Amino acid sequence: MLTITANQRAAMLATCIRALPDEGCGLLLGTNEGIVVDVVASPNVAASAKVYEIDPLVLLRSFRRADDEGLEVVGVFHSHTHSPAYPSPTDIRQAPDPAWHYVLVSLAQVPSEVRSYTIVEGEVTEELVRVEGVTVPRADD
Amino acid sequence: MSALLRIPTVLRPAMGGATTITVEGSTIGAVLSDVTTRFPAVKGQLLNDDGTLHRFLNVYVNDDDVRYLGGVEAPVSESDEITLLPAVAGGAQ
Repeated sequence: MLTITANQRAAMLATCIRALPDEGCGLLLGTNEGIVVDVVASPNVAASAKVYEIDPLVLLRSFRRADDEGLEVVGVFHSHTHSPAYPSPTDIRQAPDPAWHYVLVSLAQVPSEVRSYTIVEGEVTEELVRVEGVTVPRADD
Repeated sequence: MSALLRIPTVLRPAMGGATTITVEGSTIGAVLSDVTTRFPAVKGQLLNDDGTLHRFLNVYVNDDDVRYLGGVEAPVSESDEITLLPAVAGGAQ
């Protein structure tokens, strides 16, 4: 389960909307229990509507900050501008860490969708997202 | 010439489990050659077959991305801190 605040959810959506027409992205800092402490927006250095890449300097600073503050980089979020909030084959192939939470923001419909997944050795599993006490059911619930 | 190498979580199992190790070399290429000699299993995650940096690996000397310092030619000085981080990328494509 991933636990975020309504403000963090709004920050992810805002980052993704600002990045349009490109995909937006950023990192999640938090605890090993999946509680997000901060959402760190990143420029999409791929500058593309179809792919994203976190700015390498945002990545370095986030890992350093996590070390300094006793946190972990626990995941990444990015948007799909014209497709559902589900990891693409590229997302699955390039998933950097099996312990991470992979948050997908879909701007393909109104309202926007925010969903979270784990990706372990190519296997995608959707997880619950708790937003300040509100539990968002998984698509197959 | 020895420097400190910070190892990302995902590479630790294949590199003896340590968070940091001391590495030898006066360029990033020499340092990565030292690493792949000691830990051959990670070679494919660090370097391409032609010896250039793997597309999905970020390498930093102190606060600088080595892509802007000459890639594998980037100089390494005594007591520099080198950090490896897998690129975080994907997308709808």
